[in-house]
Amino acid sequence: MIALKKIDKRFGKFHVLKNISLTVQPGKITAIVGPNGSGKTTIIKSILGLVRPDKGDILIDGKSVLGEFLYRKKIGYMPQIASFPENLTVQEVIKMISDLRNEPIDIESKLIELINLIPEMNKQIRTLSGGNKQKLSAYIALIFNPSIIILDEPTAGLDPVASSNLKQKILEERSNGKTIILTSHIMSEIEELADNILFLIDGRIVFDGEVRDLIESRGEHKLEKAIANMMNEKVNGTYN
Amino acid sequence: MELITKIIKFELSNTLRSKWIIVYSAFFLLLTFLLFNFEEDANKAALSLMNIILIVIPLVSVIFGTMYVYNSIEYIQMVLCQPINRKSLFVGLYLGNSIPLAFGFISGTFLGIVLSGYSFMGYKSIFILLVIGFALTFIFTSIAFLIAIKVSDKARGLGIAIIIWLMLSVIYDGIVLFVIYYFRDYPIENIVLGISLLNPIDLARIFFILDFNISALMGYTGALFIKFFGSSLGVVISIIMMFVWFIIPVIFGFRSFYKKDF
Repeated sequence: MIALKKIDKRFGKFHVLKNISLTVQPGKITAIVGPNGSGKTTIIKSILGLVRPDKGDILIDGKSVLGEFLYRKKIGYMPQIASFPENLTVQEVIKMISDLRNEPIDIESKLIELINLIPEMNKQIRTLSGGNKQKLSAYIALIFNPSIIILDEPTAGLDPVASSNLKQKILEERSNGKTIILTSHIMSEIEELADNILFLIDGRIVFDGEVRDLIESRGEHKLEKAIANMMNEKVNGTYN
Repeated sequence: MELITKIIKFELSNTLRSKWIIVYSAFFLLLTFLLFNFEEDANKAALSLMNIILIVIPLVSVIFGTMYVYNSIEYIQMVLCQPINRKSLFVGLYLGNSIPLAFGFISGTFLGIVLSGYSFMGYKSIFILLVIGFALTFIFTSIAFLIAIKVSDKARGLGIAIIIWLMLSVIYDGIVLFVIYYFRDYPIENIVLGISLLNPIDLARIFFILDFNISALMGYTGALFIKFFGSSLGVVISIIMMFVWFIIPVIFGFRSFYKKDF
């Protein structure tokens, strides 16, 4: 289980996270949504230890993880923009990560077929398209069988087949009991995948609960409308 | 340690395939070959090579180092998402960047000398030259890492890197000359000596010139330089100062890397 307790973070004069407390339910898919700059990526990066909160604590399975690194063995992460050493081949990058994690893997597993990376295996990273780099990133996030999977805009830049396969894999991982956190700007995707939703505006949580509860509470049929409705209300509430 | 070795291994296999390292090595090969081939006096050739090394190595190391960190931010993020501590990653990245640069310089220069058919008679000056190039690569890469980790804005960081290089390789000499000229009526030898210790490029230059025994050409402080840098205490102090120039930016760079939000 992942728990954030009273997390506060500033980047210079920007107060990005304002006293955030939340619990991510294990074995469920939790989507973090919100307008650009609302703090979604900062929350994810705080869990991963890439960003150090100014205040508060982050617990994974009951243990504080601030300043720790071994807990990341439990996490698979797919970032918004994937970047790897330019002159290495896809296969070398996979071997590098496996070596760094000290976790041997079967490279030619079902996953590589599902993600359709086989034709790219011997190509250097700098010759790969953005979509293929995303596929490699998804592969690295999933191949080590982590109990927590964090996906930042996972389908952005993927072709429809790869996107559909990845979504199928995400659902499969949930049925295997994995805890999944994802962000997306595509509301239909969130409706399709997520059990819970965490709605952020301006560094504060404005909704934390089940997706269908959010839709029903706004009297809408679609998540997109419910979110738009809520966002307008908050923005107007702030400025009026 | 095992983790650091792994990171260095991957960094090396990435950087050694980069065109820039090949161009850098080829530059020293060609330069050394031409200098030692067309200059009859090998000492003069070594001196010319030294003057170019003192300008080129700090410049390339500081630019290459800063650009490397800025261009690797997403890659650093990806590696930091693995169960790896920041210390191992920092040391691995630093050595993985400076070793290929030092290797490019040493292999190019060494091959250039071999190809020119130079008999290595003055092997001591060649050895000093290679050591100085090696030390300057590590010093300026550590300065580059400190700048790029501290300053998030790429353009600003690169600007600071170039200004530091310009300060240490060009403007510093001007300041020293100004001090010597302006206070020529006062006993300022010790001050000038102290000022020279504060600049790694100056230290490298003094080392080399001492080997040629032409420090008397440096004016009235020359004798003092021979007396100080020629003595075993002088050599030890200058080596310590070169080490300080390497270790201080590494320590501050690591501290910033440890606290940095990626």
